[in-house]
Amino acid sequence: MNALAEALRLIVTLDADLFEILWLSIRVSLIALAISAVISLPLGTWLAITRFPGRKVVILVLNALMGMPPVVVGLMVYLLLSRSGPLGWMGLLYTPTAMIIAQVVLITPIIAALSHQVIENLHQEYRDTFYSMGVTGRRAIVAYLVDARFALTTCILAGFGRAIAEVGAVIIVGGNIDHLTRVMTTAIALETSKGNLTLALALGAVLLTLSLLVNALVIGVREYAAKRQYA
Amino acid sequence: MKHLIICVTLALSTHTLADTIIVQSTTSTQNSGLYDYLLPMAEEATGVKVNIVAVGTGQAIKNAMRCDGDVLLVHSKPDEEAFVAEGFGEKRYDLMYNDFVIIGPESDPADVASAPDVVEALQRIQQTGAKFASRGDDSGTHKKELALWREAGIDPEGGSGRWYLETGSGMGATLNTGVSLGAYILSDRATWISFANKQDATIVYEGNPALFNQYGVTPVSVDKCPTVNRQAAQAFTQWLVSVAGQSAIAAYQLNGKQLFFPNANQTKPDN
Repeated sequence: MNALAEALRLIVTLDADLFEILWLSIRVSLIALAISAVISLPLGTWLAITRFPGRKVVILVLNALMGMPPVVVGLMVYLLLSRSGPLGWMGLLYTPTAMIIAQVVLITPIIAALSHQVIENLHQEYRDTFYSMGVTGRRAIVAYLVDARFALTTCILAGFGRAIAEVGAVIIVGGNIDHLTRVMTTAIALETSKGNLTLALALGAVLLTLSLLVNALVIGVREYAAKRQYA
Repeated sequence: MKHLIICVTLALSTHTLADTIIVQSTTSTQNSGLYDYLLPMAEEATGVKVNIVAVGTGQAIKNAMRCDGDVLLVHSKPDEEAFVAEGFGEKRYDLMYNDFVIIGPESDPADVASAPDVVEALQRIQQTGAKFASRGDDSGTHKKELALWREAGIDPEGGSGRWYLETGSGMGATLNTGVSLGAYILSDRATWISFANKQDATIVYEGNPALFNQYGVTPVSVDKCPTVNRQAAQAFTQWLVSVAGQSAIAAYQLNGKQLFFPNANQTKPDN
């Protein structure tokens, strides 16, 4: 109860630190989501409608990668971006960009695997029509994505949920630096370690509220668009 | 596609200012609020923007060895000296000290409070079968704790998972765990004073010379790590050990208590 009151106080008083952290959380996760969607949606669709040897294995691996622990992703990206790592020259470690990269790696398999499933179901239905119309390759991928756009929003929301909620990867590659790479989840981890459990919980409540708002917004838009389309 | 990603990420990456440094740091200096207090003054005086990555001492040293920091600020003198000896640091400076304390439940089931010295205190914990929560994370505090166990002639690993609980986490997380379990915990005093979830735990043992806790600061060597911002790292380090930096450290208080005692400019008999 104290935590909820604290959460409310932080929001009502427009706590500057809170909004800075909140904004970085949203920015990092939304950019990661956008980049990931550009990769994973066509990839998932392509896997659903193309047949090639080893396809089943690729899909299996993709599904397994959905369960990749964030801390492992963080470690991999850290070793990659470390000054002594292969991409160290870019100087990206401990920047928001590093956090975006980690989240892209984390959520791309999730959106790809889920969208693959959505499109595969659609593919059963459309295969013959598309084939007879000569819609193949890139055009087919675009056609499927457009047609399945409402169902795909759920895949995208799943990716967003994972990105905004994870702490293991961003704390390693971001470093939880105040006013630079501190996001909601790393701030919660820090406050917990300081024993400020009420504040930590309050931040959790704020994060949950944000997630709720984003989901409500996306689902609202989807419902509205769907209604307009079929009315 | 790859080009697109690189373009997007480059466009979004934060500007790395010429006068920005990363400090690989122990956690106690951050958790106790010292940096929140000290850094604005340091930035004002030196013009250097200081970014803190607070991890355990062991991890901080390893990160610095991978050149992912310009300055190392930790508390495990032998490791810091090895860091310099291996060429990763230019020169190590004593910065400040405080002490370690043993935290335990108020009831003090192992009667640690009346122990004549810290060795006896640890022996009592082990003999009475009381629980002990260890960092278990190769941090400065963890190394100190292991050294104390060695001195007491006890190998706590034998009781790992039964009475000796290695959390593998930071000081705060270990305090959260230990306090909830009614366990004894070795903590640095600064983290304990600033820790907000004390419940019924308290300092049961303190004030022994064996519990001395020295912090040191070392600029990372530009020979090993060419990307180090040497000028800014030096400016920050020199400010910390200057009269201004040292008196700022001395002036920092939490709950009416001084947390860190500066000792940069004291001549030591051993160096």
